[in-house]
Amino acid sequence: MTAKTKTKRSKAQTSGSHGKGKAPLLEVQNLKTYFYTDDGVLTAVDGVDFQVAEGEVFGLVGESGCGKSVTSLSIMRLVDPPGEIVDGRILLQGEDLLAKKLAEMTRVRGRQISMIFQQPKSSLNPVFTIAEQIIEVFKIHENISDEEAKASAIELLRRVGIPDPERKANAYPHELSGGQAQRVMIAMALALRPKLLIADEPTTALDATIQAQILDLMQDLRDATDTAVILITHDLGVIAELADRVAVMYAGKIVEESDTITLFDRPLHPYTQGLMGSIPVLGEAKERLEVIPGNVPSLINLKPGCRFASRCAARQEYGLEICERVEPDLIEMEAGHKVRCWLYQEYEGHTPPLRKGGGR
Amino acid sequence: MTVQDAAVPQTEVQDYRNNSLLFLTFRRLFRQRNAQVGMVILGFLVLVAIFAPALAPYDPDRSLIGIEPVEKRAGPCIHALGCPSDQPQHIMGVDGNVRDQYSRIIYGTRISLFIGFSTIGLAVVVGTLIGAVSGYVGGWVDNVIMRFMDVILAFPSFLLAIAIITVLGRGLQNALYAIAVVNIPVFARLVRSSVLSIKELEFVAASRSLGASPLRILFVRILPNAIPTLIVQATLSIGAAILEAAALSFLGLGAQPPLAEWGTMLGSERNQVFTSPHLVFFPGIAIMITVLAFNLLGDGFRDAMDPRLAQLTKR
Repeated sequence: MTAKTKTKRSKAQTSGSHGKGKAPLLEVQNLKTYFYTDDGVLTAVDGVDFQVAEGEVFGLVGESGCGKSVTSLSIMRLVDPPGEIVDGRILLQGEDLLAKKLAEMTRVRGRQISMIFQQPKSSLNPVFTIAEQIIEVFKIHENISDEEAKASAIELLRRVGIPDPERKANAYPHELSGGQAQRVMIAMALALRPKLLIADEPTTALDATIQAQILDLMQDLRDATDTAVILITHDLGVIAELADRVAVMYAGKIVEESDTITLFDRPLHPYTQGLMGSIPVLGEAKERLEVIPGNVPSLINLKPGCRFASRCAARQEYGLEICERVEPDLIEMEAGHKVRCWLYQEYEGHTPPLRKGGGR
Repeated sequence: MTVQDAAVPQTEVQDYRNNSLLFLTFRRLFRQRNAQVGMVILGFLVLVAIFAPALAPYDPDRSLIGIEPVEKRAGPCIHALGCPSDQPQHIMGVDGNVRDQYSRIIYGTRISLFIGFSTIGLAVVVGTLIGAVSGYVGGWVDNVIMRFMDVILAFPSFLLAIAIITVLGRGLQNALYAIAVVNIPVFARLVRSSVLSIKELEFVAASRSLGASPLRILFVRILPNAIPTLIVQATLSIGAAILEAAALSFLGLGAQPPLAEWGTMLGSERNQVFTSPHLVFFPGIAIMITVLAFNLLGDGFRDAMDPRLAQLTKR
């Protein structure tokens, strides 16, 4: 098993260039999703831009409450009141999803974009068998006979590695293990061969060995079907395993974006560096893991300036005062590597300490 | 391509049919003592209702004056218990119109069960629709609907039923409508609260993300999950509805004579409690047993669907 995982892992890295040279499948531009709460406006997603190429695995990393799940729900247009998508464009193959009517959007979901969730067992409806639930996906979107749908459902279950699918198809969700339930969810999500799969913390609720299996499965299915994946997680290990490119989110904004290998080699943003420092490394003796002090700030009534400023060690180290006044932009440091930090960006009266003549 | 290597080794051969939550619930139900008693009584009552013509020795509505030599309000005469065999047998005696009380009780089973199932059936259907829409749509729709339900609930239900009958006119059919209306808010609120909690569950988000339309999600995905609580409430409500119908009939607002309805029978003989107690005793007992059966069954359902108990008795 270990040897096997190794080969998979090296495959994941060779496919790092998978997404390059292809037209963007999904383009998110200046997405803003706010929640109008009694306490004020919560800027859960505040101007997020990214692109996902066909067949690419795009990782979205960040700690709890940084807006990564809201970003994914916004792409699906599943944000419920008091939440609202207030600005931006979400282009799927050039078509703006935000401009679509609700009924049109319903047809996009499941067929072109689908989603898998964190809690596989509660993502399945407890009163129906898993076959019935997969068949329903076919029935919603396609004119298909019961027998065909059933046969396709069993075939799907086989593909996602459910043992004895003919019989297991008649099982109810409470009879499945967490890993099996997640396989079923993946089967449902991929039933209609969507172009984009959004995986919202697909392995968080699973134990470590099952996590590896599910990641392998997703990798295999991605290679087989060329479905692009937006992988949302707070687990950098999962990103390293699967993602081609990564965006790091902090408090509703993307603070750094690059391909996976570069990000792990040369993280630029102090927050990313902090995240990397908090991962235990095998064979490296450390008294304590590094921690990033503090919490994600409340997203209601944010202070001006960089959202990470209050927790930023680099800011103190370099004695930057602009961080608390003006918000930096997401600038491209080198090809494909973007960062949002005053360490690198020039501004009137501010010279970035780490990059002479910074800016664009 | 297949991913067999990741397959979880199968340890036991299982058959997954008949493992739905409803099936498991019923299996637990059959193990509950309360529910067993309730089901036996109810099964008996249903059989009595179905085979009433075979079980009843007399026409329930026909007076025996001039046909048999019996006195008005004669007490029970059972041959096996020493009643002279030259007298006609009347197990529960004869009522004020010289009709065989036993036959009337038997036929009364039909009417009471019909009342119970039809009123609550109507209330469940209407209440579920109202509650489901209210809970799922939310917002001002929910507010308007629920405030209206609150208004209905604000009246003592029996008084409201009487008021409705006053408007519609007396009679069994109108009494049924009245009882149904009084029960609608109960189910509307119940279903609404179920829908409110179920719609936040992750499988609903999953369904939405797979492209299910809102109507489909509400009626095909959410409502089946609300059925267990509905069954409990409906079973308990049937007992109460039968009692209410009997009470209305007792007051002369529901079933009208000569219909053999237990409440009517009680009402028309209420002044003879001391002289001919059997005429109020038997209908009263019949009502009590029927209501008891539904209450036992309802309690059994509630216990069978309690998730804490579910863990204990599973398999």
